[in-house]
Amino acid sequence: MKVTSKDVSYVADLANMELNDEERQRMVRDLNSILDYIDLLNELDTSSVEPMAQVSDRYAADQAEKRSVRFADAMREDIKEGLRKSLPHDVALQNAPESDGTFFKVPKVIER
Amino acid sequence: MQDRKITATALAEAFYAKIQKDDPQIGAYLTLSKDRALEQAGRIDQLASRGETLPPLGGVPIGIKDLLSTRGVRTTAGSKILGNYVPPYDCTAVSRLEAAGAILLGKLNCDEFAMGSSNENSAWHPVRNPRDRTRVPGGSSGGSAAAVAADMAVATLGSDTGGSIRQPASFCGVVGLMPTYGRVSRYGLIAFASSLDHIGPLTKTVKDAAIVLRTIAGRDPMDATSADIPVPDYVAEFEKPVHGLKIGVAKEYLGEGLDPEVRNAVEAAIQKLEKLGCKVVEISLPHTKYAIPTYYIIATAEASSNLARFDGVRYGYRAANARTLSEMYRRTRDEGFGAEVKRRIMLGTYALSAGYYDAYYLKAQKVRTLIAGDFEQAFHKVDAIVTPTCPTAAFKLGEKAGDPLAMYLADIYTVTADLAGIPGISIPCGQTRDKLPIGLQILGRHFDEATILRVAHAYEQAVTPGA
Repeated sequence: MKVTSKDVSYVADLANMELNDEERQRMVRDLNSILDYIDLLNELDTSSVEPMAQVSDRYAADQAEKRSVRFADAMREDIKEGLRKSLPHDVALQNAPESDGTFFKVPKVIER
Repeated sequence: MQDRKITATALAEAFYAKIQKDDPQIGAYLTLSKDRALEQAGRIDQLASRGETLPPLGGVPIGIKDLLSTRGVRTTAGSKILGNYVPPYDCTAVSRLEAAGAILLGKLNCDEFAMGSSNENSAWHPVRNPRDRTRVPGGSSGGSAAAVAADMAVATLGSDTGGSIRQPASFCGVVGLMPTYGRVSRYGLIAFASSLDHIGPLTKTVKDAAIVLRTIAGRDPMDATSADIPVPDYVAEFEKPVHGLKIGVAKEYLGEGLDPEVRNAVEAAIQKLEKLGCKVVEISLPHTKYAIPTYYIIATAEASSNLARFDGVRYGYRAANARTLSEMYRRTRDEGFGAEVKRRIMLGTYALSAGYYDAYYLKAQKVRTLIAGDFEQAFHKVDAIVTPTCPTAAFKLGEKAGDPLAMYLADIYTVTADLAGIPGISIPCGQTRDKLPIGLQILGRHFDEATILRVAHAYEQAVTPGA
């Protein structure tokens, strides 16, 4: 078994979730079953294969003449007036579960 | 409408009447945007009454998957955690359709954060397949497919990360198009897996899908991954003959696990294409069987990162009475997310965690290269590839709900195109003995939607002339 109940607690902690006992037990079962299936990938020798993070990594990868056609390219001209316009303050706060009209309000941050 | 035989307002009202009558049995819509629809319809009617030329989609009633943001119209992503979320801006694809005159009827049900293949993971209610209400409509864009199939919208938008447009299109007997990665801006699409997410249309005909794609496609400065590559007039391209096109058939898509009735329908469709003058070429996509495990690592890893933003601070649900910030985060996510979303966040977090990153995430990214390479090789030999969209027709509600792995395998023929970033379309190609629709998938080269739409249109016209 790859994933133990302890692993589930650790990963839930990383993911900012608590999970109840029933959910944890189910998660141990489900994650193990999925990870067993994912082991299929170990059949492949990928030691000399480059990872692909984005589709643009591969777009026209085997057509040298088209290499100049790139996308997923975040470059743009500078905007003289400064930053691109963002949402007005009041609009940005409209969906806040709790706000004082200026800031988002949250419970106490420092725990002791 | 241009001839003022019917007004946009009357048409919108007729669709709302149809929704009111039929949707309680289907469950496709989550939110109706009647004020916005009638305001837009009024604008179209004014143009028509002044004798002005209407915009290309003037008065066309559309529905939008609830994963796409709509200003002033509640957008839940099918999740409790966004149950009361009202976006302050529009998704680019939605604003482009409205600018072309389309009328937004409302928001369509989907699996929570697009995670599912049956629409049963919606936090609100499942969608029933209009062709057989005991069966699922597919997912995650189940509401988008069902609304078109049940004539509750002329066209809808869905999103496709592992098959979420094409698989429900296949199950409901409609056309579903996933464009090339980068073809359509995702600005305003609530992110599931950013390197895999696509927006695309679901419609009754291939021509309608082509028209919607042309409207929403093209560079958008608000999405850095949208490509600055010219968008052709897809409908004009239908005039080019399909005669002489080379169509690939991959044995890996016709093997074990494929329902015999689906196989027969797909083989008959391939023969039809041959009759139309296409040259059928046998090809191999040898890494196909690794696609589902690759997908479930990459998609869940990206989802675990994208869904970290739902913490109860800026929008959406917040758990009540938490004493500390940390408790508030945890309880908000525990109470706000459904079981499948939690499962995927956990799997993705695990795959990215210290000690496992190389074994799972990096490994999957490397296998993704091999899968993309299969298609690169194949497209040296052929112009398009034809496969079944799904191994089976629509399954029963509840049939796979308890077994996540069995559910994942419903996407076995669709995930490959998402991983490679190539476009794919699903079109109806007959039905089973139980009258359930079967889907034919056509895959093409990057940014060559024109060819797959042309082949799909030629097939459709040969089977149902005048569609």
